[in-house]
Amino acid sequence: MIGPGVDPGRFAPYRALFGARFRMLLQYRAAALGGLVAQTAFGLILIMIYEAFYRSSAAAARPMAFGQIASYVWLGQAVIMMLPWNVDEEMRGMVRSGGVAHELCRPVDLYAWWFARALAQRTAPVLLRAVPLVAVSTLGLPLVGLAEWRLAAPVSLAAGVGFGLAMLCGLALACAMSVLLYISWLWTVVAEGTLVIVSTVVSMCSGLLVPLPLFPGWVAPVLRWLPFAGLLDQPAQIYSGRIPAAEVAIVLAREVGWVVVLVALGRRLLGRGLRRVVVHGG
Amino acid sequence: MTAILGALALYGRLVAASLRSQLQYRAAVAIASLGALLITSSEFVAIWALFDRFGQVRGWRLSEVALFYGMISVTYALSDAMSHGFDRFAQTVRSGDFDRVLLRPRSTVLQLLGTELTLRRVGRLAQGAAVLAYASGGIDWTAGRAVLLVASIACGICVFLGILMLQATSAFWTVESLEVWNAFTYGGVTMGQYPLAIYRPWFRGLFTYAFPIGCVIYFPGVAILGRADPLGAPPILGWLAPLVGPVFLAACLPVWRIGVRHYRSTGS
Repeated sequence: MIGPGVDPGRFAPYRALFGARFRMLLQYRAAALGGLVAQTAFGLILIMIYEAFYRSSAAAARPMAFGQIASYVWLGQAVIMMLPWNVDEEMRGMVRSGGVAHELCRPVDLYAWWFARALAQRTAPVLLRAVPLVAVSTLGLPLVGLAEWRLAAPVSLAAGVGFGLAMLCGLALACAMSVLLYISWLWTVVAEGTLVIVSTVVSMCSGLLVPLPLFPGWVAPVLRWLPFAGLLDQPAQIYSGRIPAAEVAIVLAREVGWVVVLVALGRRLLGRGLRRVVVHGG
Repeated sequence: MTAILGALALYGRLVAASLRSQLQYRAAVAIASLGALLITSSEFVAIWALFDRFGQVRGWRLSEVALFYGMISVTYALSDAMSHGFDRFAQTVRSGDFDRVLLRPRSTVLQLLGTELTLRRVGRLAQGAAVLAYASGGIDWTAGRAVLLVASIACGICVFLGILMLQATSAFWTVESLEVWNAFTYGGVTMGQYPLAIYRPWFRGLFTYAFPIGCVIYFPGVAILGRADPLGAPPILGWLAPLVGPVFLAACLPVWRIGVRHYRSTGS
């Protein structure tokens, strides 16, 4: 679906690009340490806010258990770097400076090339941050007496496997959305515009801002069908058992369907964008 | 006295120059401001969703929480606009540009404050003001309370400038890991959007005594709302607590000077 051919050698350049970008992004370890502290603090603040709402409301108003909310918040903080809302600054500079012309000269499938680049961007920083954050939120919090705020283990082995698969779909969705964002810059040099709209929609509709089940009853079913829910909300709900194992297949089918749609859309738009691209300077 | 006036005049000139340069790119400023307006509005929609579901949080209604939200948004938007020089200070150290600041016969703090008055923060400012307007419908306004609101925002700017000054100071030792300070800036903003009383005691202590955002937002906010503090603070505290802001900033200045003395140029 991503690469055009069947010959395994044809994937080599994409693998090489992914590997190089991945290793480059893994260098930012000290920055990730600072991020760990900030994101832990953020998670704690959010959990305290939900705790206050939960402690002062009737049980009928609570669509999920408090422990499920805590896990949801930590998973959100863990995958924050995977969400397609912080940009690849180099990519943005490339479109602005005209360096994108070099990309057009390469004998590669440009969509797959950019996808590989997005894949590195959406995995290396996540690993750097998620691993220590998960350690702090599962093991660290109980040590300081905040066990009820911890990231609990998945409710069952099936939920854990389902979460892993859903997260892989989420990663593919995030990459497809990132590439769409790159492509949109071919039309508008003012990248801020598309970026700000995408990041607002993503943080709102993925569940990062507020767990989607907490939205008014009629909103959640709508949001569930949008591709953004696959980035965080659906995996997190599978993780904590709010989506039962029997329904995981439906969720996965929906996410895969969205990946296919977004990739097809991206390929189409890239083709049209390249026909009208004007390289100024560079 | 003349020294202070001279400093103010220079600050005015630096700000005017920065505004003129930003206005060369009007469309970019407009888009960035609208973007900030969009993002912060979606944040408030999220808070509205929680109140739509739960009705109240520990006895606080949305219209009351909106006062705290509006106060912290306006405060942070203004301090964020003023502190660009401190916020970007790691790059200034890395590139060696701080040498130029040191060569000039004016205070480093003044020059960094004058680096830029960031226009696009107007987006968050407008959103905060709109939420304040919504909150003010439920407030029994008096002249005293209006003055207290303005004074708290001014004192709140001092607190955030102080925190950003500490962040910049730490850049004398490391230009990485500065994201740690986001816990107190962005984290402080998120924390301050809700009344301090809803949090755990250790956390309230952190944002009352160490990073006194609670003193400049929560206590005066309670006084403006005219309700009793569930934490049991006497009513007079709301009128005095904001003064902690300037005191905090004054305490950060010597720390900054220690950092400046510690500075070793990159030599480039």
